[in-house]
Amino acid sequence: MNRVMERDGVVSEQVHVLAVDDSLVDRKVIERLLKISACKVTVVDSGISALQLLGLDEQRTTSESDDFVGLKVDLIITDYCMPGMTGYDLLKKIKGSSTFREIPVVIMSSENILPRIDRCLEEGAKDFIVKPVKLSDVKRLKNYMSTATREVSAAAGGFGGGGGGGGGINKRKLSDTSTVDDMSSSPPSISPSITPSSSSSPSDSSSPSPSPLSSPIRALDSPIRRLKMSSAD
Amino acid sequence: MDVLQLQRKLREHQAAMLREFSQLQKLQDESSPDFVIEVVKMFFDDSENLLNNMTRALGQVPVDFKQVDAHVHQYKGSSASVGAARVKNVCATFRNFCEAQNLEGCVRCLQQLQHEYSLLKNNLQYLFRLQEEIQAAGGSIPTIE
Repeated sequence: MNRVMERDGVVSEQVHVLAVDDSLVDRKVIERLLKISACKVTVVDSGISALQLLGLDEQRTTSESDDFVGLKVDLIITDYCMPGMTGYDLLKKIKGSSTFREIPVVIMSSENILPRIDRCLEEGAKDFIVKPVKLSDVKRLKNYMSTATREVSAAAGGFGGGGGGGGGINKRKLSDTSTVDDMSSSPPSISPSITPSSSSSPSDSSSPSPSPLSSPIRALDSPIRRLKMSSAD
Repeated sequence: MDVLQLQRKLREHQAAMLREFSQLQKLQDESSPDFVIEVVKMFFDDSENLLNNMTRALGQVPVDFKQVDAHVHQYKGSSASVGAARVKNVCATFRNFCEAQNLEGCVRCLQQLQHEYSLLKNNLQYLFRLQEEIQAAGGSIPTIE
């Protein structure tokens, strides 16, 4: 991406965010949030549309093989629950592409389901936001974009995989009785695997304030403990 | 009622709407003065659509609770996005009833949601009527602050 390499660590142009959500109301809100935060925004209603815009759809495996100029984006923010291609599927497609895997991907969901969060982080999502998205969430997103450019220009290879490092997972709201099981078709994964980049001790998730959730061990927290957590905000 | 009074009324109601749809408060500014009302209208249309879907789904024999839940899930999402707290809370309860396959509970929740919907509908219609009266009297529509 040319824009990234222009100056060392400094992005001189407006950051461009691609937002994906099947809900009309949510699209309107996220677009507004991003624009208020001085981002350039492109909004689409499906994962398929997103891939088409990027130039990563079924017809082509790489955007460099022909004259097609895909959309240049600095961050992708997508809803998790969408018909057809879920946000998770979209995430996998992007992280599975050599051309696009460096783009930070953030997942949004109206449900605070821990195994779901873990699964997204393990697949390389930069962050997971529980809806409703707030301005403070968007502010945090902007850090990912500038961090990405700094790291890419400073280091030869890509920055350490999406995994557990980086931004905090915010809003662990347990105000409603969210089930441990995921609503999607795949069985909930309580995987004990630990990503290499994360710290070995489970992060203390007893406070609802932003704290980096660096380890999937979180998923093994007792449900009782989770239910007892007070819902703040 | 003169234009000034109408405008004051409208301002008060708009402020009340902003308070109710709390999530939208910070998204309003001078560059986009109609944003809140636009989103609320969208939410209103969305509501009508989803409520129809839920009603239809609950009227089937046998009831497909997963289908009902899918609609409620969507409604819960958009209500959270605009800050319609009451609707969101009813949806949460509704989802529990879907999971328990409790038809009676579901129907009660649907009725509550329909009630919320008609409240919103009445308010919106009233707001629009005020706007029309102001414009007919030659006044300008105060922007939401």
